[in-house]
Amino acid sequence: MQQNTLPQKLWMSATGLFLCVFLVIHLLGNLQLLLPAADAKEQFNWYSRLLSGNIIIKVIAWVLYCSIIGHAVYALLLTLQSRRANGTRYVYDKRGASSKWYSRNMGLLGTIILIFLVIHFKDFWYRYKFTDLPLDARGQPDLYTVVVFAFAQWWYVLLYVVCMFAMGFHLLHGFFSAARTLGLYHPKFTRWVKVSGWLYTVVITGGFIIIPIYVYFTNS
Amino acid sequence: MKLTLHIWRQEQGASTGAMHTYALTDIPEDMSFLEMLDLLNEQLMKQGERVIEFDSDCREGICGQCGMMINGRAHGPLKHTTTCQLYMRSFKDGDTIYAEPFRAAAFPVVCDLKIDRSAFDRIIGAGGYVSVSTGQAPEANSIPYAHETAEAAFDAAACIGCGACVATCKNSSAALFTGAKITHMALLPQGQTETAARTQKMVAQMHKEHFGHCTNTEACEVECPQQISVLHIARMNYEYNKASLLHK
Ligand code: HEM
Ligand code: FES
Repeated sequence: MQQNTLPQKLWMSATGLFLCVFLVIHLLGNLQLLLPAADAKEQFNWYSRLLSGNIIIKVIAWVLYCSIIGHAVYALLLTLQSRRANGTRYVYDKRGASSKWYSRNMGLLGTIILIFLVIHFKDFWYRYKFTDLPLDARGQPDLYTVVVFAFAQWWYVLLYVVCMFAMGFHLLHGFFSAARTLGLYHPKFTRWVKVSGWLYTVVITGGFIIIPIYVYFTNS
Repeated sequence: MKLTLHIWRQEQGASTGAMHTYALTDIPEDMSFLEMLDLLNEQLMKQGERVIEFDSDCREGICGQCGMMINGRAHGPLKHTTTCQLYMRSFKDGDTIYAEPFRAAAFPVVCDLKIDRSAFDRIIGAGGYVSVSTGQAPEANSIPYAHETAEAAFDAAACIGCGACVATCKNSSAALFTGAKITHMALLPQGQTETAARTQKMVAQMHKEHFGHCTNTEACEVECPQQISVLHIARMNYEYNKASLLHK
């Protein structure tokens, strides 16, 4: 039998919004990479070590892992139920004319994000946590050099930019959709949430796109 | 005008069907889409073939009985228009038109372009009413009630239950239909008291009928002949969340 999709959507919006908040903090930390090279190295490595040692950050990290997994699992469950609800497919289908392409392709955009996350975790998170990185002058694991090395390759920067666009469109629909799922129905809020969603998306996506490009051009 | 028509034919009781192609000529452009199908049916009758079955009643856009997928869109290419209010002037001479029934697991095809929408009735039956006798209409001014709220309730009540929202939704969700009914009654003094229980029952029935979830693509509002606002879906979510937290 079909499950009640409203609680499932509530989980999607809660985990999605948590990820949205996380992205703000993550971007703020990463902006240190835009400092002059010597300062950036010292600050970024200091910041990385600060995060990895802190118990509050550890708890938040676990919430983060659970959110990503929960969000993806509910996305899969809802998609499967949606398939069943559709029944027979249309022979001739032009329904796309009445909605935005990215709102209909949240699953595809999410899958791109998921693939990106695997690469991202493997190259930075895993290396920081589970391998012995060389130390910088202050004896801190030198994540900065790892990042700069990665972003010195043009194809890696390109991969990042493409994935960030996918995330951007996911956010553009996700931010406002989450507000609707939570039940924000007043027309006044609607306008406000749409504008905030746009601002949020542009700032977050723009920020994450500028960093690899900046690092690429200042280090090549 | 002259048209090539690809129309879904499915025998009553059959589990599937197929597109059949027909040529039709001498169609006046002031004819409605359904009248054009009547014309085609006349032609089929003369040839001794089974006529194409489709639903209609008022043919003036108010009853919600008509509805089909025309050229891949619910009720055809125009926004906020029922199939009966679509006229042949929206097409060009020599056009090819595809007509299929509204599709969703919850809306089984009865025959050709005719579907069974009683899933909607069962959602209403689950709680879309006021369960006490309200007696005769009281003196209107004895219920303190703002004009704007009455209008908002009426906007929600304007749904004609045609099913275009479900047909156009990528998830075959009935969120707009159910949301409109819930909002309609939640706004009225007679309906307010039972909102929490009603919302839970109607939402449960919506899923029992195998409708999908809402992704907020807002396609339903675009195709809705009555322009029912997607904000009613948010209102349903609000009432549901509130009921889950506070009810019982
Ligand atoms: C940066 C990471 C991510 C963020 C910030 C994010 C955020 C969001 C938000 C806020 C929503 C709206 C929820 C709602 O409509 O109530 C959403 C929906 C969605 N997300 Fe994500 N998401 C992320 C990653 C992912 C991943 C990795 C997947 C898939 C594997 C995914 C799949 C989906 C899908 C399919 C929906 C639409 C659900 C529906 O049909 O209503 N997301 N996301
Ligand atoms: S036949 Fe009544 S709305 Fe089209």
